[in-house]
Amino acid sequence: MFIIIGIMLSGIALGYLFRKKTILQKLGKPISYTICLLLFLLGISVGNNSVIMNNLLSLGSQALLLASAGTLGSVLAAWIVYRLFFKKEIK
Amino acid sequence: MKGSLIIVSFFVFGCLFGWFLNNYDVTLEFDATRYVLYLLMFQVGLSIGSDKNIMQILKNMRPKYLLVPLATIVGTLSFSALAAFFITQWTVFECLAIGSGFAYYSLSSILITELKTASLGIQLATELGTIALITNIIREIMTLLGAPLLVKYFGRLAPICAAGATSMDTALPIITRCSGKELAFIAIFHGVLIDLCVPLFVTFFCSL
Repeated sequence: MFIIIGIMLSGIALGYLFRKKTILQKLGKPISYTICLLLFLLGISVGNNSVIMNNLLSLGSQALLLASAGTLGSVLAAWIVYRLFFKKEIK
Repeated sequence: MKGSLIIVSFFVFGCLFGWFLNNYDVTLEFDATRYVLYLLMFQVGLSIGSDKNIMQILKNMRPKYLLVPLATIVGTLSFSALAAFFITQWTVFECLAIGSGFAYYSLSSILITELKTASLGIQLATELGTIALITNIIREIMTLLGAPLLVKYFGRLAPICAAGATSMDTALPIITRCSGKELAFIAIFHGVLIDLCVPLFVTFFCSL
């Protein structure tokens, strides 16, 4: 966790130092490529784990329910907080 | 939407590839995910640092930003408790321990398996840990793929809260893209706090 934050902070520092370089304003594409690669690797580790693959249906259905509930609950709470406290500020 | 489909197809191809390797008894020892994540974090850092409005946002940091992680915790735990009524195999507290992973799947699944072995036995504890792993992977994938829709229907804070602990790393690029760069600092702030909550909450609910 600290390594990850450290890497990002050094990226921020470098980005700030070189903020006048136009190449830094076009980082959207390379970031998308890296996300695709990361999800490909995540997929490999899921597909390669035989414990997960063999019990995918029974465990997966419970997991799907819990994941949906957790996500739904948090976005509903996020919506309330956004409407009440943030909507005017962030346009 | 097209971008999300491309991303999900990469994930599916990854699953098939990993499964294919496993069928030939190739188990991956080396995990490059971490290093790609480092690359991603560096890119995200660069794009944040070079953003011209960032200093302005930093000046505007306020206590009410604490409401964002609070929303994540209250929303996740209350709905996980509701879901527990439909899962007869596990207790409410075990379901809450799974929900407390907040998409931090590696840590939460290991913690749950370890902490529950004493009371449930190794077999059931491993099953519970596996459910925690899948639940929190699904939550992360839902966030990564659904971020544009979440912004549309639940506002710009929604991907941050849905991302849980990953709002400061894996999900940060998609959050900055869908919610806007000006929310990056709230996302990082939120991610750090939730990250710290994961071991505390998981341990607490496992002990009940």
